[in-house]
Amino acid sequence: MAMVDDKENENIEEKKEAPKIKKAPPKPRAARKGGTINIRRTLSHSAWIAHKDLLEFSRNRVMLVMLFVFPLFMMVMVGYIFPSGSSVKDMPVAIVNQDNFNDTGQPGPESIMLVSTVRAINDNSHFFKFKNMTSEAKVKEAIKHGDEMGALIIAANFTNNLRTGGQGYITVLYDQSNPTISAQISAVLDQLVNQIGTQHAVMQVNQTTHFSLNVSKSIVTPYKVTNKGTIPGNPSYFQFLAPGMMMLVVMMGAMSGLPRAIAYEKDSGTLDGVLVAPTSRLSIILGKVMAQTVRAFIQGMVVLLLAIVLFGVTIHGSILLVVFMLLLGTFSFIGLGIMITSVASDESTASTFMMVLQFPMMFLSGVLFPIQQMPWYMQAIAKVMPLTYAAQAMRKIIVLGAGIQDIMSELVILIVFGVVLLAISIPLFKRTMTR
Amino acid sequence: MAAGSDEPMIQTFEISKKFDDFTAVDKVSIHVDQGEIYGLLGPNGAGKSTLIRILTTLTVPSGGRATIDGLDIVKQAEEVREVVGLVSEKMIMYDKLTAYENLRLFAKLYNVSKKEMDTRIAELLQIVGMTKWADERIEKFSTGMKQRINVIRALVSMPRLVFMDEPTLGLDPQSTADIRDLIKRLRDKDGLTIVLTTHIMNEADMLCDRIGVIDRGKIVAQDSPSNLKSQIVEKGRTLVNLDLENPPVDAGERLKAIEGVLSVAQTENKVKVIVQNEDGFQQVLEGAIKNGFKVRNASVALPTLEDVFLHYTGRAMDDKLVEKPKSSGHRGHGPPGFRPRGRIR
Repeated sequence: MAMVDDKENENIEEKKEAPKIKKAPPKPRAARKGGTINIRRTLSHSAWIAHKDLLEFSRNRVMLVMLFVFPLFMMVMVGYIFPSGSSVKDMPVAIVNQDNFNDTGQPGPESIMLVSTVRAINDNSHFFKFKNMTSEAKVKEAIKHGDEMGALIIAANFTNNLRTGGQGYITVLYDQSNPTISAQISAVLDQLVNQIGTQHAVMQVNQTTHFSLNVSKSIVTPYKVTNKGTIPGNPSYFQFLAPGMMMLVVMMGAMSGLPRAIAYEKDSGTLDGVLVAPTSRLSIILGKVMAQTVRAFIQGMVVLLLAIVLFGVTIHGSILLVVFMLLLGTFSFIGLGIMITSVASDESTASTFMMVLQFPMMFLSGVLFPIQQMPWYMQAIAKVMPLTYAAQAMRKIIVLGAGIQDIMSELVILIVFGVVLLAISIPLFKRTMTR
Repeated sequence: MAAGSDEPMIQTFEISKKFDDFTAVDKVSIHVDQGEIYGLLGPNGAGKSTLIRILTTLTVPSGGRATIDGLDIVKQAEEVREVVGLVSEKMIMYDKLTAYENLRLFAKLYNVSKKEMDTRIAELLQIVGMTKWADERIEKFSTGMKQRINVIRALVSMPRLVFMDEPTLGLDPQSTADIRDLIKRLRDKDGLTIVLTTHIMNEADMLCDRIGVIDRGKIVAQDSPSNLKSQIVEKGRTLVNLDLENPPVDAGERLKAIEGVLSVAQTENKVKVIVQNEDGFQQVLEGAIKNGFKVRNASVALPTLEDVFLHYTGRAMDDKLVEKPKSSGHRGHGPPGFRPRGRIR
């Protein structure tokens, strides 16, 4: 660095007329003590430490970019890989019409009508991409190769059976190697066939009884079900995901930010400088916690903004309550962060601890999948995780518009969790700092 | 010594620090007077850093006690911290912060009032010639510039005692000279007490009023540099330095057999011989030539601090671990299995 060297040479010139340092007057020892001053000092010191941390953070470009990229990445990743009805399109499915009408070797009118109706309905939804095939064996071969994901097979005597007062047999074949997709395919095909069958039945009843079409319909399907949620509109998966994601990001920030920050200062030696100053251990954690809270809070807000702007999530509850939940979330997880800091001696140990704690929380706390989907023993684990309650409360606020009284039990759990962890971790931290 | 100081700045009474089964500091009793520069010398892993960590309250001793400015370092740790400043080997600075921001942070942590802080920071920056760079981030500085800030950072709190661990390590000659000047100035003009560790014997000789040599956790010698030097070569003896070309393995043994030779210390082709005679130079030179050694250079030498160090610790200060350890005796965090190359007796 030639430039820096030049600078140094200039400095040397400047140094000659340096003034004399005034000798420090010895401080009266009595003034060093005092209970009330200590609280003010502790707060002042922690504010300066927090200020320092945030300055460092705001000047770290990579960290700033990550502040936005990380939540976006998580939202996109998790949001789009989750299977949802509307997102599945053009699934390759074969139609095998084995109908043999009056031994002509040709499909009869009933099966032809069925196929064309299925195709007509699919033309609107584009759920499937149909292909005609000639035999079940060929379909199985195609599924094995991954060319088709399922098939609708119409049995040989389809038209004849129907015409003689029997039932027309249809087989739905699906690829078992992909349970989620095949479950959807078979469900939709089932539904489609049922729908056409109902139409068929309505026509039959109408023809034989000469009742009006509506009456005929009420005979065939007497019950009509409408699905409706408690809030208007049709909540997307993002609506489910965003609140949990906000709490997840806050949790990760609170838990990993602190151990990283302290382990980093330990490794680089700067922590010694702070420890050697007449600063209480409490103000060091307090300062770090304040900085991490601000950081986690900003990150939570970034998730919220992304959710609103990019993914069309709407907040039905109070925004103040959302902010409050973000802060409470940080509070209840920060104790875990302090604990990891105290136990782990260096950065890599801290990272390992974090991974071990964060992974189960991420997957078991109902952030990504509803806990109701899990087997009972997993649900039991989920119920001891604070993130479960944090995510649940946040979801109630954002999706259901819940007020503070509706989330009281979650709040109490989170506060108790936070207080207990802090009560354990702060003395632990103080002890490890003066080994 | 500063006038009017009656109690020593540092006094330790058999202070020890054990890590599991390893004793880093072993019953060390030293005293450092007010306003002196005290050099703490010792090989890597001798316990210098641990001793400094104890005295700066970064770690608690496992035995013995110590006072700084009359304050107990364990019971009155908080007060001790107000008196002490630390220039650690690892620079205590935040790279993303500017020089001024770093200085301000530590001034605040030491409860320096706003007014005092501003004048103090301005003065210190000017002394090290860094006023212009006050608002630049540390990450942009060269090592020399960083170390200037690192040193004055320890001074913003107006400490009465400063520990400096290798303050000139890895610096360019100009910065090294500047830092040394600053250290002297702090003692002479401000009456600061300074405890210094260094690998450079010359530096210790130049700067220190008194020196403590620490080895394997114990203080093995403690005195002024000149006394230490005169102690190893008593009156009526001569120290002869020989520079031999390709000396045989048993060169040391054969030189020792020469009449009047008291001790021989060999580091590769350099041999130090102490002989019992005020003008034993001739004796040694002839003996060497008689043994068939090719002598490239021979001289009568005054002992240096380096010789003192070698004498007490059995190894040169700049010894690096190059050879495989021969003994299994592992001595803590220092490189294991150092083989003492020579000893002057």
